[in-house]
Amino acid sequence: MRITCPICGERDRREFYYQGDAVALRRPAPDAGEAAWEDYLHLRENPAGTTRDLWYHEAGCGAWLVVTRDTVTHAVQAVALAGDGSAEGGS
Amino acid sequence: MADLVERTPCKGLLPLEIGHAVVREARIGRMTVIAPFKGQQARVAQILKSAHGVAFPEPNRSSEAGGCRVIWFARGQIMLVGEDPDPGLKTHAALTDQSDAWAVVTLEGAAAEDVLARLVPVDLRAAAFKTGQTLRSQLQHMNASITRIGATCFQIMVFRSMAATLVHDLRSAMEGVAARG
Repeated sequence: MRITCPICGERDRREFYYQGDAVALRRPAPDAGEAAWEDYLHLRENPAGTTRDLWYHEAGCGAWLVVTRDTVTHAVQAVALAGDGSAEGGS
Repeated sequence: MADLVERTPCKGLLPLEIGHAVVREARIGRMTVIAPFKGQQARVAQILKSAHGVAFPEPNRSSEAGGCRVIWFARGQIMLVGEDPDPGLKTHAALTDQSDAWAVVTLEGAAAEDVLARLVPVDLRAAAFKTGQTLRSQLQHMNASITRIGATCFQIMVFRSMAATLVHDLRSAMEGVAARG
């Protein structure tokens, strides 16, 4: 598996640390209510298809990345920096 | 006051010459990581240019002038090597003296690329990795900074605590390359 870091370029999977669903980028408002917060804390999708994960380029530039990939074909479709606003929101 | 004796990170381990490659410890002097504050990179670049004569490096690049080299080091971080940082940088960036934190070696010789090919999961051949280019990746299992500083010469930096492991891994790879003749 190869991931193209927007800063470093295409790199081997061993350089990256996997964090899981990119849900942390969609943190609910403090007053969003119990249902929204329960969903945020505990409920995760398990899609057969496109998913968005957070990966950390631990052995490279140290950036957090949002990787859009397909769990069926293992194709990596897009990689964006988590911190620059371009990858926030959405699903 | 005790009489303190400086001990370099690779003391007793280097130099090491096997086949067509040689590893030497590099004494590169002062090392300062510069992390520009938000929105301050342009100002930091101006001071680097006027005080040290070097350009602010893009990702995966380094630049040098005289005895001073500046190496891209991470997202939002560069490392100034060989000179004390200009005091004017302090108001625009976080400066961290890391002079004693890194084991720094050079790997030089006709077999240097073949040795690194066994250790680093990135293409470091001259066509893809030219003089002045740098990267952060892994050397075996160690996070490393690797810069090509000459046609057949690489500068390799790992955490100081891993100096012996670095030399061990380089020795294994050099022996493997040499054995193939």
